Amino acid sequence: MLHTINKSPFEKNSLESCLRLAKPGHDILLIEDAVYAATSGTIVSELVEAAMEDKNVSVLGPDLASRGIDEARLLKGIGIVDYAGFVDLTVKNDKVQSWL
Amino acid sequence: MKFALMVSEGPYTHQSSDTAWQFAKAALESGHEIFRVFFYHDGVNNGTRFTAPPQDDRHIVNRWSELAEEYGLDLVVCVAAAQRRGIIDADEAKRHGKDGDNIAPGFRISGLGQLIEAGIEADRLLQFGD
Repeated sequence: MLHTINKSPFEKNSLESCLRLAKPGHDILLIEDAVYAATSGTIVSELVEAAMEDKNVSVLGPDLASRGIDEARLLKGIGIVDYAGFVDLTVKNDKVQSWL
Repeated sequence: MKFALMVSEGPYTHQSSDTAWQFAKAALESGHEIFRVFFYHDGVNNGTRFTAPPQDDRHIVNRWSELAEEYGLDLVVCVAAAQRRGIIDADEAKRHGKDGDNIAPGFRISGLGQLIEAGIEADRLLQFGD
């Protein structure tokens, strides 16, 4: 299953809701303002790192770039995909849940 | 693979209308099919041709119309959500006694059944919104 999150973790609790319910092996894609959750040194960094132990967390590259977030600031182990990669993730997973 | 998209956020609000369009474009360019894009709630504002953004900004409505023309996309606006927000085609204008219509090229107004059908017919249904 693929989960997409599009809200900043400093604005809404979509990230927490998703991580509470996502199962091991699931894919999680951070898009739009949710890309801030992929950066290191934030109040949610430990939560995301814990999720990465048994889930695949990736981030939408164009949304990082449009916010001026350098890849060096990302948590280690987070994958970066473009829109074609986003499409591939939805093909790979038979269900997509959008956390808004 | 056959995709259905639902857009439930207005254009120029946050980013969902942009993300949905970018996703649709990437899927079509990868050889996938978009069965339908269903515009719901504030998402119906993607379908008015009266939108006039500054010249150096992307034109979200025209972008949908152009993608629809190139790939034969079915862009459906929810009728109840559209009526509340003043998105109207010639038939609806006549029915409600309005002095004009504003539906953008490539869009059509229909009911929620179109979303249900899209969910059944498509392999994947994705929501973009608030």
